[in-house]
Amino acid sequence: MSNGNFFTSSVGRKSIMGATGFFLISFLVVHVAINSLIFINIFNPSDKGHTFNVAANFMATNWVIHIMEVVLVLGLLAHAATGIRITILNKQKRPVKYAIAPTSSTWYSRSMGLLGTLILLFLVVHLRDFWYPTKVAEFVNHDIDQFNTYQVIVAAFQNPIRVVIYLVGVASLFYHLMHGFQAAFRTFGLVNKKYFSTIQCAGKYFAIIVCTLFALMPILTFIGLIK
Amino acid sequence: MEHKNLSLTLKVWRQKNSKAQGGFETYKIDGISTEMSFLEMFDVLNEKLINEGKEPVAFDHDCREGICGMCSMYINGRPHGPWHGTTTCQLHMRAFNNGDTIVVEPWRAKAFPVIRDLVVDRSAFDRIIEAGGYVSVNTGTPQDANAIPIPKQKADAAFDSAACIGCGACVAACKNSSAMLFVSAKVAQLANLPQGQPERATRALNMLDQMDKEGFGSCTHTGACEAVCPKEISVLNIAKLNNEYLGASLTVARD
Ligand code: SF4
Ligand code: FES
Repeated sequence: MSNGNFFTSSVGRKSIMGATGFFLISFLVVHVAINSLIFINIFNPSDKGHTFNVAANFMATNWVIHIMEVVLVLGLLAHAATGIRITILNKQKRPVKYAIAPTSSTWYSRSMGLLGTLILLFLVVHLRDFWYPTKVAEFVNHDIDQFNTYQVIVAAFQNPIRVVIYLVGVASLFYHLMHGFQAAFRTFGLVNKKYFSTIQCAGKYFAIIVCTLFALMPILTFIGLIK
Repeated sequence: MEHKNLSLTLKVWRQKNSKAQGGFETYKIDGISTEMSFLEMFDVLNEKLINEGKEPVAFDHDCREGICGMCSMYINGRPHGPWHGTTTCQLHMRAFNNGDTIVVEPWRAKAFPVIRDLVVDRSAFDRIIEAGGYVSVNTGTPQDANAIPIPKQKADAAFDSAACIGCGACVAACKNSSAMLFVSAKVAQLANLPQGQPERATRALNMLDQMDKEGFGSCTHTGACEAVCPKEISVLNIAKLNNEYLGASLTVARD
């Protein structure tokens, strides 16, 4: 009889990746949807970021969202920690390397550890830029009601270096999703002959749509379409 | 197909035994017919080496018709070489051009230690099969052939999975040295058949636990395995195995 432990088995570890991955994907949907309110200002300049600020302030102060914030951090840490563990363990499984490395798969599917690390580094910058100031406004200065997130974003993306950092971050996320979305389904065995190509396709479109929207924010702000 | 003779440069991994430090040796070889198989080319090389009083290159092979899974050469960065769905023994020299340099390495994985030159120890696969890749039957009079009805679709799916020859190319190509394609082919094959039902849950658990114990990595779904598998075993088998393992983990009490 088997004596393995599910959570330290190879499939168990991958299930943690898949489950947290699905959760982070659902967070991305909310994040990109709210951010997209910024685009209203291209079509209606008189809005001056008002619609976006209302949504942003709601997200920054609602207590349900506060709880979800904690869950999100835990989910992200679990995803990152398990991912690093899997990457290290898997690397040890081939002590002598090939003279010519195998290439029968896509580069990004083989580089999830690297892409994840880039995303993690990007998150440090990203949270410092936008999350930290709202927390200071809420808990230190107690003036979150007057806090103009929209203006903070517009000001931040006047800096070309920051725009480039954000585009690198979004590109890493793009390739991470291109593989991660379908991989999560496969980890849980949620594919079969009939739906395999549908899931792969859905993953690609999801990555393209989400990341294009994210990338447009710094770009359009920098070239002055959002101001 | 036009017949040609090739002159080639071979860079071959040589290693005395599992403990020794190996390295590449370079050999020049002429008069290789494009009609030859890759292994016949190695036979020519070995004859030459023997005539020169040198040690021939050790390599695994048996059937030489693509069904036993013994041949195992990692050729120019790809297990079993450049042809899709083909074992090393079925790879022919017309896949190469005159003047080519061909780099030949053994399968590389912690769980497949090199025994000598291009021969690796794949007994880890045997132990995984021993852990559950079978159906237990009581001996007695054989059953009537059609006593157990099996839907055609299930029979076909089981047959596709059963095509695995246990060569280990999937492990060799995988960046994680994972044996998931191999394990999943057996688990999916038996999960599709009525005879496989009684041991279905424990099979998935025990075979996967054994895979982990042998030192294979986990599956990150790169699909490198499917791309090089000589029997074109689908990665959907892996999704099925995950499904079986997760279900079994929830339902079977483990000690
Ligand atoms: S799944 Fe394919 S590559 Fe892997 S052992 Fe079986 S036949 Fe060989
Ligand atoms: S020698 Fe049998 S499959 Fe190649």
